[in-house]
Parts: sequence; C-alpha cells; structure tokens
Amino acid sequence: MSTGGSGATDALMAPTPRPPGGDEGGPLLDVRDLHVEFRTREGTAKAVNGVDYSVNAGETLAVLGESGSGKSVTAQAIMGILDSPPGFITRGEVVFQGRDLLKLGNEERRKIRGAKMAMIFQDALSSLNPVLSVGEQLGEMFRVHRGMSRKDSRAKAIELMERVRIPAARERVKQYPHQFSGGMRQRVMIAMALALEPELIIADEPTTALDVTVQAQVMDLLAELQREYNMGLILITHDLGVVADVADKIAVMYAGRIVETSPVHDIYRAPAHPYTRGLLDSIPRLDQKGRELYAIKGLPPNLLHIPPGCAFNPRCPRAQAVCRTDEPPLYRVSEDRASACHFWKETLDDDSLPSPDA
Amino acid sequence: MTTASRPQTPEQPLPPDPADREPILSVRGLVKHFPLTRGILFKKQIGAVQAVDGVNFDLYAGETLGIVGESGCGKSTVARLLMNLEQPTAGEILFKGEDITKLSGRALKAVRRNIQMVFQDPYTSLNPRMTVGDIIGEPFEIHSEVAPKGDRRRRVRELLDVVGLNPEYINRYPHQFSGGQRQRIGIARGLALHPQVIVADEPVSALDVSVQAQVVNLMERLQDEFQLSYMFIAHDLSIVRHIADRVGVMYLGKIVEIGSDEQIYEHPTHPYTQALLSAVPVPDPQAREHRERIILAGDVPSPANPPSGCRFRTRCWKAQEICAEKEPPLLVPEVFRGTAGPAEHPSACHFAEEKQIVPPESE
Repeated sequence: MSTGGSGATDALMAPTPRPPGGDEGGPLLDVRDLHVEFRTREGTAKAVNGVDYSVNAGETLAVLGESGSGKSVTAQAIMGILDSPPGFITRGEVVFQGRDLLKLGNEERRKIRGAKMAMIFQDALSSLNPVLSVGEQLGEMFRVHRGMSRKDSRAKAIELMERVRIPAARERVKQYPHQFSGGMRQRVMIAMALALEPELIIADEPTTALDVTVQAQVMDLLAELQREYNMGLILITHDLGVVADVADKIAVMYAGRIVETSPVHDIYRAPAHPYTRGLLDSIPRLDQKGRELYAIKGLPPNLLHIPPGCAFNPRCPRAQAVCRTDEPPLYRVSEDRASACHFWKETLDDDSLPSPDA
Repeated sequence: MTTASRPQTPEQPLPPDPADREPILSVRGLVKHFPLTRGILFKKQIGAVQAVDGVNFDLYAGETLGIVGESGCGKSTVARLLMNLEQPTAGEILFKGEDITKLSGRALKAVRRNIQMVFQDPYTSLNPRMTVGDIIGEPFEIHSEVAPKGDRRRRVRELLDVVGLNPEYINRYPHQFSGGQRQRIGIARGLALHPQVIVADEPVSALDVSVQAQVVNLMERLQDEFQLSYMFIAHDLSIVRHIADRVGVMYLGKIVEIGSDEQIYEHPTHPYTQALLSAVPVPDPQAREHRERIILAGDVPSPANPPSGCRFRTRCWKAQEICAEKEPPLLVPEVFRGTAGPAEHPSACHFAEEKQIVPPESE
C-alpha cells in the first residue's frame, strides 16, 4: 500500500475505538484527522493537515478547493494510490465500512479498490490506456476481480457501455480511446468505475475538461447512477457552480485543512468562512453583466511554508492580529456546520456586497 | 499602421450601434478547410475538415468581441487565421481596410505587430528554458524598432509592473510561477509591442475560479489603459459575459448568432445559444429544482462530414424537414425584423424565437 511501506508510517493513530465490522449506523466512509506530507529535496510539504470528513451511502459530498489545497491528495490517500515516496500518510484513519483501511495490507487493499470503492479521474484521455480497446479495459475489471472469461467480460463491457448511454455500444466496444470524444471518454471512465458496483465513488474533477453542454450531460448521468445504486459519492472540484446542482454537503479545503463544512443550501446563502465567501463572489455569473469580478487577492500558500496562525490570513479581508498567531479550530456554527475562522460569526452575519479587489 | 490610421478616439462607453464607427478588424466570408488525404507517396484528397466555413464579423476599436462555442466549433482556427498563422481557403481579413491574408514579408510583419495573441495554456505556451525577461523581451528581437537594445530590460520591467508582477522577477523561470502568474507573463508578452488588437484564445480556462477573476479584471484594466480591442475566445459563457461587449456564438465552423451582450444573454433566439446558456451551472442550490435546463443529446458532429442544411439540426429539438434542406442564413429572423426590440439581431435559425434562459439581473 501507499503509506510508505508498513513501518514507514510513524503512525500516531488517534484511536477512537470502534466495534470491529460495525458498519451499521456509522457512515460509509469516515476520514479522521488525516495527515499527508510529501518529503522532497526542498523540504517537507504538508499537503493534508488533519482532514475529517464522512460520507453516507447515497450521499454526495463535494470537496472544494483551489489547486494545491490537498483535495486530490486526500482522495488518493483514501483510495490508496498515493505515490509513496514522496508521499507519506503520517497520521489519521480512513474508516470504510467499519474498517481502517490504513491498517490493511496491500492485497486486502487491492480487493477493496475497484470492487468497493472506485475513482473517476479528471483527464479521461490520459487515464485510459491508448493501446487497448475500450472493451478490453472495461472487461479487465471483470476478468481480474471476478475471474470471468474473455467472452463473458466482453458482454459485460457492452452492457456497461449501454448503461452509461454510449450509443452503438456493440460496435464501439472494439474502438480505442482516441476514437471517442471527450464526453464519451468520460462516460467510459464512469462505466469503469461502476463496473463492480462499488459502494463509494470518488470523482476527481470529472467534468473540468469538458464543454458546458457535455458537462451537464455527464453530471446528470453521474447523479442518476448514484441514485440508482445508492452509492456514496465524493465529488472533488474547484467549481462551486457545478456543485450546487448535485451535492448534499460541502467541505471547503484550504492549505490541506477543511475550513468550512456545511449542507449545500446554507453555504450558498451565508458562508461562514471568508475564503468560501471569496470563492462564491469570484464566480462569474450569467445574470450579472459587466460588473468587475471580485478576486481573492494573492496566491494560495506554498505548502513548504504554510503561514503561522490561520493559513488564509495573508489573503483574508478580515484578518486581525490573532489570525497571524493562533490557528483557528473548526468552530461549530450550527448542528451540521463548522468553520475554521476566528470571526465566523461576523462572516456569517455580513451580507454586504464585496468590495472589488483593487 | 500601414494605412491611414484614424485618430485614437477616447473610447469608453461605446455606442452599441456600430453603424457610425469603422471596424478595426473585419472578417468577410472566412473559410478554412483542412484537406484529408490518403496515401503516402501519392497523396489523394478524400475530403476536408470544414473547420471554419463562412464566418463574418467586425471588431471595433476599444471593444471586446466574445466568441463562444464547444470544442471543435472552429473558434481557435479563427484565432489562428486572424494571426495569419494559417492561410484561409477563402475570404478576407481586413485590418483597417487592408487584407492581411494577401500580405507577405515586410508588410505582414508590420501588421502582425498590431495583432498579438494570448494563449490558452500558460503551462505550455512559455518556453521553460527562457527567463521571464527573455520571454517578454523576445518580441523586441523581431521588432527592434519598438525598443532599442539598451532599453529592453527597462521595458520588460515596466511590462511586468503593468501586469501586476514584481519587476524583480525578471530573471526567474516560468516554473517558478503559478498558473495565474504565468498567464500574466503571457499577457505582458502580448502587450510588449503595443498592439491594437489582442486575440485571447481561452485565456482563463486553465485557471482556478479565484485566479480567473484576477486575470479577467487585469485584462479589463489593460483594455482601458491601452485602448485595446479584444477578441476573447472561450467556451465559458459566464466569463464572456463579464468582459464582452458583443458576443458571437459558433457551431461547427459557422457563427449561428451574434449580437450585443444584452441581446445574446437576455434575448437569445437561436436554440443552440439557448441550450448553451441553460447548461451553465448556476451557483445556487435553490434554483436547481425549478430551473429549466435544455440538455443537448450527443456530441458535435464531425466537421469532416457536417449535416446538410442547418448544421445544428441533428441535436436540435425544433428541427423539421426544412432544416435538412435549406441552410438558414445569419440574418435577423423575419419575425423580429423591424421590431426594434432586443431580439432583433442576426440568428441563423428557421424557427428562431425568443426564450429567456437567464433570469433578469437581481440586485
């Protein structure tokens, strides 16, 4: 597995004892206090610094953040596909159906991957093998995990392609990835993730590379299949617009931490963290013309040198002295909301229009 | 700059009626077909990819024309043709009245100075082995009349400052910058020769939402500062709304609807524009239950073998027999002619009708 070998994890497992195999009642996936770092020649980049989130069956969690916020690294750690070295999981638990995945061996992990949890990647063209036909790649799932024959697996592949509504599946099963359009390739990726009917799907920016019209098709398909199979879905994205249509709850990440979690309706109405507020205000909107876009000033921090205190303080319009010294804990805003901001109350109550960034 | 240049009028609020102004750039009947060949030694043409097939538009001084469309609609080919990086199969591109497709040598070089480009991908459009100073200063090597050798470093520092980068970064390499900063470098390079027209091909598509806003705001500021005309190509209708004065919607090598920002966004009459607008995600979960969305089936057909008649008919819910037989021209549809309303703008559809997709601006 990818935690840097068995012994390399200086596991400071924060132990919350759980009844073994107790997957009833508990969430499908529960990530607790996850820490991931990359040890590079320039130093140690702290990519994930204590992430907690959970997903229930049939629920969609959207993980939101800019590039470098650690959203994809968290997903890789959950899937167990983190490149190690340089990436190491230094602390935390990934509890899936009551079992801590980080304690499992490679072989057990491999059986879960694909069969119980699957991933859809952003760039379908580079995630598919260009020298194997789409049918072979889809069928491989059944041959490896289910031990099916070539003939049966091909039939299964056609069935899957029909499920994700690829027209003329019987003919197209023999074609290669480059013969498919971007939207169709993404459907193939979804088909591959669905193949073994997993309980959890992690989709890492599934529509970012697609046109808006195709993006809408793919998101609809994904939402429909999720309902049908009652899967948990983690949707990783930087686009708050896409998320509004499908997510149940949202976790906003910044510099490897979750800075705000909330049900989807509340966060758009009244964000409780200045970063979320900035992200919302910077979305270009069709119904607002010609107005200058609000921009969050500055850049995301370098993960080798995360600023002390609140990592967002150099870019924050609300920053005070305390933000530069004390790291804000994840304050409880309401029963199902939390915000890592010393001034969450003020942010929540503030409904003034943003001043355009100079 | 070769023909008599009009006096630089202080632009600012441009009249939406362009009749009284002369375009800085006008494109007439632009066609680009890429031949499809078979055979290695004896090449035989077996068809053509009709990337751009009869495009007309005007760009006025100080204005931003947005061109939107899905991948494969030919918008990037139009950009390459404007830059004279490709020779058109037919048609003309007039820069201040002079057809640049016929130019070569010194005359072409002179025109090119006035039309510069900003590319989509800031990760691959900057040479990783050159310092920022060399990248931004390279245009001066070709057009040495703009900045004498001794003056170049100073000019580059100035340009860095203009695009909001620290002039001290002049000796750094592209990999030391983030995506948004690299796009600023690309913009500085585009500005180096004081062009009048900047063709920006998806300049913010590769950037995060928060950084997109920074770059778009920068481009708007520079437009006011240097009286630039932008041709802004994008697939994202919402970002175009923020920057464009007029918008043209492309589909399979043709412009299907063109008009002012208000006409296209608030009063679209072509079904394709309506579908594009309705597909844009709205960052408001309240709206998701009662928002009408038109989801187009299938993909864009191959431009090597476009459908007969109206090219959009294969994905259009209004398509009837006439759509397969007769190509609708890009004109003001008859129903709206003379109405003087915002729906009166060119739209290439036999069954054009107004449909409000975007809710009126809420304050």
